[in-house]
Amino acid sequence: MTSAIGEPNAISIAFFLIFILLSLGITVWASRKTRTAEHFYAAGRNVTAFQNGLALAGDYMSAASFLGIAGLVATSGFDGLIYSIGWLVGWPIVMFLIAEPLRNLGRYTFADVLAARLRQTPIRIAASIGSLAVIAFYLIAQMVGAGNLIRLLFGLPYEAAVVIVGAVMLAYVLFGGMIATTWVQIVKAVLLLGGATLLALMVLARFGFNPLALFAQASDMYGASVLSPGRLVTDPIDALSLGLALMLGTAGLPHILMRFYTVPDSRTARTSVGYATAFIGFFYLLTFVLGFGAMVIIGRDAITGIDPGGNMAAPLLAEGVGGTPFLGFISAVAFATILAVVAGLTLSGAATLSHDLWVSVFRGAKADQREQLMVARVATVLLAIVSIVLGIAFKGQNVAYMVGLAFAIAASANFPALVLSIFWRRLTTAGAQSSMIVGTVAALLLIYFSPTIQLDILHHPDAWFPLRNPGIVSIPLSFAVAIVVSLLRPVPSEARRFAELERQLHLGIESVDVPAGSGVE
Amino acid sequence: MPTTSPLEDVSAARWRIAISLTVAMMAAYFGFILLVAFDKPLLGSLLAPGLSLGMLLGALVILVAWALTWTYVRWANTHYDASLQSLRERR
Repeated sequence: MTSAIGEPNAISIAFFLIFILLSLGITVWASRKTRTAEHFYAAGRNVTAFQNGLALAGDYMSAASFLGIAGLVATSGFDGLIYSIGWLVGWPIVMFLIAEPLRNLGRYTFADVLAARLRQTPIRIAASIGSLAVIAFYLIAQMVGAGNLIRLLFGLPYEAAVVIVGAVMLAYVLFGGMIATTWVQIVKAVLLLGGATLLALMVLARFGFNPLALFAQASDMYGASVLSPGRLVTDPIDALSLGLALMLGTAGLPHILMRFYTVPDSRTARTSVGYATAFIGFFYLLTFVLGFGAMVIIGRDAITGIDPGGNMAAPLLAEGVGGTPFLGFISAVAFATILAVVAGLTLSGAATLSHDLWVSVFRGAKADQREQLMVARVATVLLAIVSIVLGIAFKGQNVAYMVGLAFAIAASANFPALVLSIFWRRLTTAGAQSSMIVGTVAALLLIYFSPTIQLDILHHPDAWFPLRNPGIVSIPLSFAVAIVVSLLRPVPSEARRFAELERQLHLGIESVDVPAGSGVE
Repeated sequence: MPTTSPLEDVSAARWRIAISLTVAMMAAYFGFILLVAFDKPLLGSLLAPGLSLGMLLGALVILVAWALTWTYVRWANTHYDASLQSLRERR
């Protein structure tokens, strides 16, 4: 079978242009509604639970989960599913520990929650370091993925693809803020869930709608080993460490946490996580079918022949079961997926730079609406330029490893301080601050000394740190630092402040307490 | 015995549920990961043509995640929201 992949074909370009026009239309509509910081960062706080559930799913289901996992399952079978499962189990944790208190205590960023009970300046600076590190690595992964993907799908040069993604994303965020970003996520989530469902149904139709018949044929063709754990997970401790980072990292991703501020109250936040967990779990169950479907219908050699990483498994499968038109549709969906995630990341980066650093730290929260909006937009332009430059500079880097890095930093730098600030009365400013800094630095250093960098990239004979994922060391370390530092130098006034906030943690800001000029129309 | 305030009671109930469900989710997921790490042959054993124990357990972890999330939403919609409402009225 010869594939139309890599040839600019009219159908994929048509689908792609329809998506761009639709999303830019949304942006124009959203730009008219974006008048205050409340709109720009939090979409005016009137997103419904169902909409936010889709938007959360849209922000979370990146190209790594669609193309990466389908490819991983197609080439290594069962092992690829370990990622599917690890990426879902973070969501219940977000629900139980984070979502509602976050909505009740903060305004735009997760650092608001810590700043509500601790000293603003040191806390926001430390939280910004962790957030920006996570966003940078996640953005690099998405930009590099976008460049490769568009080159493979449409035959465009890598650099041109990165610039196009950067420019379109900039338009969404700059003019439409959170309103446009939310609706782009919703459109993308519907397209991705619909496209993946259709693809899975077309695959299953060939097997009498019995997934087991598909899996059985995979094991007939490639041996029973494709249905059992294999080479990908060799070291038990490393498996645990990766699992821990995947699970707790979700609860520390700034662009995900920011979505909880777009809903009116904590009850809506709760319901929206329920929807998100349902959508994302359904999607990851589909990856079982898509991966094994590609393995059986397309064949491993044909998949790795086009891209050694296996990332083209899902588009090839679409072509195999639905011809060039379906390939065009799935390619456009994959592109929309990347664009939307990049937009969400950039917006959360802009919120960190402008709300946490500029407005709260440098200006002492004295900036008016006009200034807040202007600084947020300047930050957006800076981030778009930085992400295009980084995307081109990191050409050829392994995308999955960058995403793993982002999750490891999110789990070590952001999650411990955030969860302790919600749960633990005795947490102090110094404790939270040192936990976030030690978490970021430990995750970065341990990754640098890991076999992934030392053996695979630098080709040194051995690595000082034996694990490929630092989570099992850096996450407990970050918790321990926060607890020890807080206990060594207790701050009674901060513990009292926590008691004062306890009512707000459960009930949110009650109407009598809303300060004047907080951005409500 | 110091008496607890209604807010403290709500708080304690909320954290009890949150911690129990978190521990349950972690037990299911890390149980699965530990089996992947330490007993690969067991997970490779076939229950039916095309269905290995590992794949069944993997799909079950996703179902457990759904079930626990649903449990929390149900608890919060009935018990937690009711206690929050009575807290609001008390003010």
